[in-house]
Amino acid sequence: MAAPTGAPPGKGPPPAPLPTGRGIELALLAFAAVIVTGALVLVEANQEQTLTRSLLWVGLAFLGLFAVAHLAVRRFAPYADPLILPAVALLNGLGLVMIHRLDLAAPQDTPLVGRQIAWTTVGVLLFVGVLWRVRDHRTLARYGYTAGFAGLVLLALPGLLPASLSEVNGAKIWLRIGGFSIQPGEFAKILLIVFFATFLVQKKDLFTAAGRRFLGMEFPRPRDLAPLLLAWAFALGVLTLESDLGTSLLFFGIVLVMLYSATERVSWLVIGLVIFAAGAWAAYALVPHVQVRVQVWLDPFADFDNRGYQIGQALFGLGTGGVGGTGLGAGRPDLVPFAYSDFMLSSLGEELGLIGLAAILLVYLVLITRGLRSALAVRDSFGKLLATGLSFAIALQLFVVAGGVSKLIPLTGLTLPFMAYGGSSLVANYALVALLLRISNAARTPLSRRPAAPAVPLAEAGTELVERPRTPVAAPEAAGGAS
Amino acid sequence: MNTPVRRVAIAVMAMILLLFANLTYVQVVQAGTYRDDPRNQRVLLAEYNRQRGQISAAGHVLAGSQPTGDRLKYLRTYPAGPEFAALTGYYSVTYGSSGIERASDSLLNGTDDKLFAHRISDLVTGRDPSGGNVVLTIDPAVQKVAYDQLHSRDYAGAVVAIQPSTGAILAMASTPSFDPNPLASHDVAEQKKAWQADNATPRPVLVNRAVSETYPPGSTFKLVDTAAALASGRFTPDSPLTAAPRITLQNTKTTLENYNGNACGTNPTASLREALQRSCNTAFADLDAQLGEKAIRDQADAFKIGMTGQTIPLPVAPSTIGDIPDIAALQQSAIGQRDVALTPLQNAWITATIANGGKVMQPYLVKEIQSQDLQPVDTTGPDQIGQAITSGVASTLTDLMVNNEKSYGGVGKIRDVDVAAKTGTAEHGGDPKNTAPHVWYVAFAPAQNPQVAVAVLVENGGDRTNLAATGGVIAAPIGRAVIAQVLGKGTG
Repeated sequence: MAAPTGAPPGKGPPPAPLPTGRGIELALLAFAAVIVTGALVLVEANQEQTLTRSLLWVGLAFLGLFAVAHLAVRRFAPYADPLILPAVALLNGLGLVMIHRLDLAAPQDTPLVGRQIAWTTVGVLLFVGVLWRVRDHRTLARYGYTAGFAGLVLLALPGLLPASLSEVNGAKIWLRIGGFSIQPGEFAKILLIVFFATFLVQKKDLFTAAGRRFLGMEFPRPRDLAPLLLAWAFALGVLTLESDLGTSLLFFGIVLVMLYSATERVSWLVIGLVIFAAGAWAAYALVPHVQVRVQVWLDPFADFDNRGYQIGQALFGLGTGGVGGTGLGAGRPDLVPFAYSDFMLSSLGEELGLIGLAAILLVYLVLITRGLRSALAVRDSFGKLLATGLSFAIALQLFVVAGGVSKLIPLTGLTLPFMAYGGSSLVANYALVALLLRISNAARTPLSRRPAAPAVPLAEAGTELVERPRTPVAAPEAAGGAS
Repeated sequence: MNTPVRRVAIAVMAMILLLFANLTYVQVVQAGTYRDDPRNQRVLLAEYNRQRGQISAAGHVLAGSQPTGDRLKYLRTYPAGPEFAALTGYYSVTYGSSGIERASDSLLNGTDDKLFAHRISDLVTGRDPSGGNVVLTIDPAVQKVAYDQLHSRDYAGAVVAIQPSTGAILAMASTPSFDPNPLASHDVAEQKKAWQADNATPRPVLVNRAVSETYPPGSTFKLVDTAAALASGRFTPDSPLTAAPRITLQNTKTTLENYNGNACGTNPTASLREALQRSCNTAFADLDAQLGEKAIRDQADAFKIGMTGQTIPLPVAPSTIGDIPDIAALQQSAIGQRDVALTPLQNAWITATIANGGKVMQPYLVKEIQSQDLQPVDTTGPDQIGQAITSGVASTLTDLMVNNEKSYGGVGKIRDVDVAAKTGTAEHGGDPKNTAPHVWYVAFAPAQNPQVAVAVLVENGGDRTNLAATGGVIAAPIGRAVIAQVLGKGTG
């Protein structure tokens, strides 16, 4: 995809209107709706439900919901990447179909799909809201520290609250208010990424200050390690207080990658991995919960009837599905406990097979790489860091949950973004995607179409390039040039 | 900062590639291991979720799949249980299957090519592929008598009844039997319990003695000798044979004696008719020595003894007359001992062939294959696969066998009907003199227009301590009851 960036500004005649990609986006959304409707028809047929025309209406309603999102993009971010929203729609739609399919397998329980559809609607509304309110991603940098504080509070809250208000199935990561329970960590993730992008852009000098060279790498001065160590300690705190391996891993991984992206120094990665290894070792030695996870990971079948049951059943499901899968609605993914949330991947793998999972992984890859593409193309450092952080958050979450379910790494409590049952994750990820689209819009908006910048006095313009920006918003980096 | 972002992108691709590689390992390399793991219930559940076809006979359902309403959609049930277990077999997803459940599995589960047209329509209509039904040739009333006769006396044995003109099997019972229902249970623990119990019985219950086991036929084999003798043209029913109570086998010091060491009648020689009637061992040893091994083997082959790979569609163990290296061996084989071993089905088949004028009809158990909606898909008809003896020899042999039955004592003789029969009492085991013999009764009736040929085998004389058991006393009443049921006659 050739992004219309980098067009030399103000030279020659005004170029012809550049394609925005909105038509492609709508066509792909319709395609996603067709796939999702087809999947639903397969589920109904295989589960021996009557095939009625109402399925078509369901498909159209799905398309209608995403048409709202599409119109919002058209209105508020017309140059945004056209692949991101359809990818999200496809993943979310297939997730809904699978949740519905698992509902059919457990008819005595209350259907989950209704709630998930409601959450999807809330998510799309939040998506529209974010696009509407956040007209320029750089404004977020103003609230960087506020976001950081709010993120920390949200992340730490469940750990500090009594278990009665925060614990579900052994993980203290919930806030239970009335009949609702939300995972504040999902929202904290975005707020903290905003904070880190702000912080790293502002304090870039701090992290790039020359230190000692060792093994061909420039290492930071020990006193500059403080922020990283703080993040590390915080991740360990989350792990021990909330028994949440996944969030802790995700949090630390994102910090590390953003730090590396901001500084371009491999040494940060090395330091990060070393202290990660130390933390992991300490957690294994001290936290019984982690030891159990590791033992189950090493041999789930040793304790199949008890702790290894879930992962064992998931592996059986994946193996039984094989290359081609049993067909949607024709397998028994419901044998895996929490097949609709944490183990969504094994449900998909059993019924769609390796081929289906490969396709789903590719859709995720499209989503993530389009996000990173926006990071490459956007012109400001804050946007780059934010887009990198947000995209990598999806990637790492996917890796941790998919690797956990398929016994590549120890199992953690994360959910498959957009597909698994769970309102908080879904709604938060819609906000995340709205931000990605916002950045992507900024990256792809042709410069010639921008309102002509007021003539800047030459003297001021010259000095600004070498001046250290006071705040990232007040002084965007040189227009048109990638950093 | 684009360089690190590009590297992050590459790292993300590597992560997804790693996921894909691991999923390939799980879903391709390890797939078979996971799929076949006994703790993986998915294959089992898939089987239970499909409506398996029913096995029926004359409108009676012998094995059917009942909708259960719970998450395992169908439960395999056997309404008649042990009575038909030798035929239906069991169907356990944990322990496999036997009987018709196994032999006709592809029809019952709907994957057989004969059901192809229906599979296509199932595919179009989106229904689960449904299994076909298998209709047996069994007459449930005859089967009940056959089973009850063995079961009520607590005999281990088998009964096979064949319609001589077609080869259709009317009854096939094997005792002691088992209840296939718990082996098909949805509760794996119950399956296991039943399986262990069925395998722990002193007398095996899971084996179908009628087709899977071979037994020395004893004196019933003299029908084959007699057929060979008559067919040779050198013997008639009046031909004289030795009447000695014991003889020494040719070129050996081994003696062979008649039952209880009796002479064969009061004369120095006995006619073939008398020898068959009294079942004199010495006379038949004499007869076979005169006929030679080839004549006996050819006759046995003509009766399809030694046929391998026979399926009715239950696989039938091949019967054999064994290697017969010399005349002495032939003399022992003549009386259905040494290495001669027949399945009860084979013995019933020989009897049916005699009844059918020597025409060898392929025995069969499956009358019709139906689709799920009871439409016939395939029917089995009579199939003549040979001529074992001429109709003349068959007729003479029939007369001799009618003469036998008239001379026999025992209970349950059928009034007003000529029954053609032969009994057998076969030694077996390492210490034959102190082991209760296997006893036989083969018969057909009515002699002039045979409706049914039957073979009855009772292991160990019905009771291990009954060293004096004979076919006439133990087995004959069972055979007569079965024949009486087919003919609708009373017994006296």
